[in-house]
Amino acid sequence: MSRQLFAYITHKNSAADDSAFELAAAAKKIDANASVTAIVTGKGEDLTKVCGQITSAFAKVWKIDGDAFAYPNAELIRAMLVKILPEKSITLLAHDTFGMDLGPGLSVKLNASFISDVVDIEGVKSDILKTIRQEYSGQVSTHVSCDITDGAVINIRPGSFKPEETSIGGEIEDKSSEAEGITAKRKYIEIIEAEIGDVDITKSEILVSVGRGIEDEENIEIAQELADAMGADVSCSRPIVDAKWLEKSRQVGTSGQTVKPKVYLALGISGSFQHLGGIKGSPFIVAVNKNAKAPIFQVADIGIVDDLLDFVPVLTEKIEELKG
Amino acid sequence: MEILVCVKRAPDTLENEITVNKDGTNIELEDLVYSVNEWDNYAVEEAIQIKDKVGGSVTVVTIGDEEAEEVLRREMAMGADKGILISDEAFENSDGKGIASILKAEIEKGKYDLILTGAQADDGAGQIGGMLAAMLDLPYASLVNKIDIAGEKLTVGREIEGGVQEINEIELPCVLSIQTGINEPRYVGIRGIRKVASVEIPVHTAADLGLDASAVGTSGAKVKKLDYFIPETGEGAEILTGSQEEIAEKLIELLKAKGGIK
Repeated sequence: MSRQLFAYITHKNSAADDSAFELAAAAKKIDANASVTAIVTGKGEDLTKVCGQITSAFAKVWKIDGDAFAYPNAELIRAMLVKILPEKSITLLAHDTFGMDLGPGLSVKLNASFISDVVDIEGVKSDILKTIRQEYSGQVSTHVSCDITDGAVINIRPGSFKPEETSIGGEIEDKSSEAEGITAKRKYIEIIEAEIGDVDITKSEILVSVGRGIEDEENIEIAQELADAMGADVSCSRPIVDAKWLEKSRQVGTSGQTVKPKVYLALGISGSFQHLGGIKGSPFIVAVNKNAKAPIFQVADIGIVDDLLDFVPVLTEKIEELKG
Repeated sequence: MEILVCVKRAPDTLENEITVNKDGTNIELEDLVYSVNEWDNYAVEEAIQIKDKVGGSVTVVTIGDEEAEEVLRREMAMGADKGILISDEAFENSDGKGIASILKAEIEKGKYDLILTGAQADDGAGQIGGMLAAMLDLPYASLVNKIDIAGEKLTVGREIEGGVQEINEIELPCVLSIQTGINEPRYVGIRGIRKVASVEIPVHTAADLGLDASAVGTSGAKVKKLDYFIPETGEGAEILTGSQEEIAEKLIELLKAKGGIK
């Protein structure tokens, strides 16, 4: 198979994102013998450093340097990729908030197939790529086939592919001149950092975290009482913030805070990958959920299949008794 | 502003435990409770709020069978002016590109300044908005959690990693995919739905939209779901059993050992 494989690499603060090496590993599962080209856009010193960091994992690195790429605008980068990617190529992106912005539209403009949020790749047989995806926040998985005859854009879930130790020593090629004359009808203005709330959950050692299973705003108190008894802080999953029951600064997940507690109690949290992506440092996880099939039980150390509204008050009382 | 919102009828994950059916061909459909896809509901609320500010109209469109009509009525009860049901057997098993090209054909029959979709639905692909924008040659922004109108342009916030908001300026017309939490969708009661029960909802077929049936549905799909299965659980949690008191006592011992009780 002489198909050309590409990976678009994101970076921040002069460092390539971890996904760079995961995309290289995913590409190997599509074609073990392929020489994969990384594409990196950015500006100046930052960009040069990033390109240097990834030559170990890619056979070639296409570097595109320009003022317009100082911040990654998917609309601009899409136009550039459409210009430089060869016909029928396979392009891998990380399925993060940038890849979600870029991938679907890129596939349309390249007339290529698109698969979103791939968690595993089984291989290619006569131009049919077989992948694994998840649906319903990880409650079920599906095998998904994709006809790659005319190329494909494949969004890879961050953390799903294990990077390999490689020392390919790829060559860096400056493609900046290709970006001339590229425009977009969307302009990046600025970044607004997250507000810091009254409690900094990123520093908490023990977290009592609530999800949809709490059912009602008034019930947050049940979690707060447990947290008080344990000496913990209260955090939450996304739906609780969407409902405005707790501040955004208390949200654990890829779109919220990244926490690294010693102990994490997940109360009525199903355990979507976005939520789990915000829990680092391998804490001791206890899950309480009335749905025995909730994905959280796959990652938890201890599980309790029960309605948190019934169980948590019992637990709180027992802890209080113990403390006298 | 003329606003179109693309919505989908989807299993309500609050009401259902999703499992796989006996032969692994689909999720277990029996006893499923359906609702409008959560993200789409936020998109409709946002459209109504924009209309209330600057005038115009809100149209909701969905692709599905006659049962999908109920989600259109629900969104019309919220305040959408018009509903359109796109329905044809030829559309079954369409992949993302198929769905986007059906919506494109519908959009080209009207004139819209702003097209909204939910950021994702039940299958978690989050692909329709971006595909649609590219097919229509319109600018696109995904995961939008704030919209301000500034003349012929919008200032939009995108929710990116780490609770950070990325502010962009985008020209109209455009396509935006809406993230949950952008607003607080209004409550819809039975009475509200009854009020719009007799409003006629036009049904558009492949022929009405001038679509080649072989380009959509099963025959047009390059991306196909082969089967459903329950993901491997790995080690999995040790499930504590007994009475609530017994479980609480066991858990307290474990927590103490791990430094979980200060």
